[in-house]
Amino acid sequence: MTPALAFEQLLNGLQFGVMLFLMSAGLTLVFGIMNFINLAHGSFYMLGAFFAATLIKITGNFFLSVLIAIPATAIVGMVFERLVLKHFYRRDHLDQVLVTFGLIFVFNDIIRILWGVAPIPMPLPEAFSGSVEVFPGVQYPAFRLAILVAGLLVAFLLYLLIVHTRSGMWVRAGSSDRVMASALGVKVSLVFSAVFAVGAALAGFAGMMAGPITAVMVGMGDSILILALVVTVLGGIGSIRGAFVAALLIGIVDTFARVLLPAAFGNICIFMLMACILAWKPKGLFPAHG
Amino acid sequence: MKRAFSIALAAQLLIPLSAHAEDLKIGFISTFSGPSALLGQDTLDGFNLGVKSVGGKLGGRNVQIVQGDDQMKPDVARQLADKMVERDRVDVMTGMIWSNVMLAIAKPVLDSGTFILSPNAGPSQFAGAQCHPHYFAVAFQNDSPNEAMGIYMQDKGYKNVYLMAPNYPAGRDMLNGYKRYFKGGIAGEVYTQLGQLDYAADLAQLRAKKPSALYYFISGGAGINFAKQYDQAGLKKDVPMFAPGFSLDQTILPAIGDAAVGAMTATHWSPDFKNAASAKFVADFEAAYKRTPSPYAAQAYDTARLLDAALKETKGNTKDKAAFRRALEKAKFDSVRGNFSFGPNHYPIQDYYLAEITKGADGKAQVTTKDVIVRNHGDAYSKDCKMPN
Repeated sequence: MTPALAFEQLLNGLQFGVMLFLMSAGLTLVFGIMNFINLAHGSFYMLGAFFAATLIKITGNFFLSVLIAIPATAIVGMVFERLVLKHFYRRDHLDQVLVTFGLIFVFNDIIRILWGVAPIPMPLPEAFSGSVEVFPGVQYPAFRLAILVAGLLVAFLLYLLIVHTRSGMWVRAGSSDRVMASALGVKVSLVFSAVFAVGAALAGFAGMMAGPITAVMVGMGDSILILALVVTVLGGIGSIRGAFVAALLIGIVDTFARVLLPAAFGNICIFMLMACILAWKPKGLFPAHG
Repeated sequence: MKRAFSIALAAQLLIPLSAHAEDLKIGFISTFSGPSALLGQDTLDGFNLGVKSVGGKLGGRNVQIVQGDDQMKPDVARQLADKMVERDRVDVMTGMIWSNVMLAIAKPVLDSGTFILSPNAGPSQFAGAQCHPHYFAVAFQNDSPNEAMGIYMQDKGYKNVYLMAPNYPAGRDMLNGYKRYFKGGIAGEVYTQLGQLDYAADLAQLRAKKPSALYYFISGGAGINFAKQYDQAGLKKDVPMFAPGFSLDQTILPAIGDAAVGAMTATHWSPDFKNAASAKFVADFEAAYKRTPSPYAAQAYDTARLLDAALKETKGNTKDKAAFRRALEKAKFDSVRGNFSFGPNHYPIQDYYLAEITKGADGKAQVTTKDVIVRNHGDAYSKDCKMPN
């Protein structure tokens, strides 16, 4: 492997990792802070992509569509949290898995009824349709660079929000001790709704970024959900920092394993990595609680 | 008195039932949910349109379709097949898209004496040693479109071709079919994950090998991912894309859009075929369902019309299985593919064409048929078939 090719593959790994991070950030927040397993997280990824693709068809403007589609996904997430999911916070994890697994089918069927079974087109934004020479002899698609930058930006903003703001403090307080936080005047249920909405918006944003490079179709969130769960567990449940590191690690390991190892072996590499890390650190790389 | 009354009542009830039993029962196992639901829908719509095209009856009998969703899972399909054979007592089974589904259900269905007419799946097993008098593949043998493209690229003198397919049995079969006729040197043979999302890493490897062309079989959602990313990586102008028709058919082209324009495929049918049967089929399908039909729909349309032709020959009788089988073997109907007949193993002998993905007058990507690559093409497994008489 030449240095140029190795560098290109490294970029591919980072970009895939950032994509996974966007998807798993919301999952780990909801899981870690609300102690709630949301298997329907992949559905928000799908909803985000469908909202944006439809808006692009109407407005013809990628950026405007994404700006409208993000809050739209957040609102859908919040409505579901208020109507259905909040009744399951105090139930055990099996009930949560069952109800959110059921919601995957509900969302898939709603999409099928509204948009049909055929995959829908989602073109690249004109400004990012070319490629950029990132390294002598390495042409890299501009849109993938944009995903990389957007993902890093979101990671930074989340860090600021959670570590350096008052609302971030409420979130951390609510996750450490729900009863004590509410006794001290934090409206925990409101915080949870907000966290859920942000999680849905992040998944939706990941779907919007993935739309132009993958198929926008029913069930598109199901396959990426597995990887997001791996990232969440590996990074330490509830830890944004852990999710970031784990996502990049998985992106890079998956990319290099696939090109350097035989096909059958390359595909299982990330799961072997997960087994090894969990054997060494059972609570993940950066455990959020204790 | 009371007893006599009950018997009379029962007899009354039985009359409509027995009239009902005259219906031709067709078990239709296909994929109606999940990411590939469109394939099942196209198959069913094509079949229904085929029945309509011959007057709403098959061989003069009313048709009752018993529909089942296999969810793309062989074990689910097996349960459906058992139910249709034992409880519904269907006369014919059709609808199957996937070869692994077909392999799971064919034996119990055939053992029960029921006929199978596959509108898509064409596994090699039933083309060769396991060929069966009641099993008919109406679409193709899986290897054939790949063989056709192998023949074409060998003819054109391509050297150093890069091969890609998902890592599962059908993926390997497709590339083996291609390699049966293409001998111009392989730059790389890569098996990717089934349903893979991101191909960036594989594409970077491909670029580094500097192949003269790409031959790939990746269908469905993953095929959309692949074609979009191939174009975005700027590879299309340096390394032209070649594929069997399934990689770029009408079920996924609208979602790929311009990214596929310029790619070449090998196909046995495309909506722009000039023959009268095909033109009528496309016009009727677009009028009825408001979308362009895929080969899945065309094959199912042919399946219904084949059944009709055979049943007309036997005067609607499916009980005399030997006669029904002969009628299917020799059935004369106007196939949308133009030239079509069954080989000794009940798999098609038909023509394969080169097609190019072009941008149509409406700005949408479409399949444009070019020249015929090979005429009367059978399959490589037929010689292993000892069809019982």
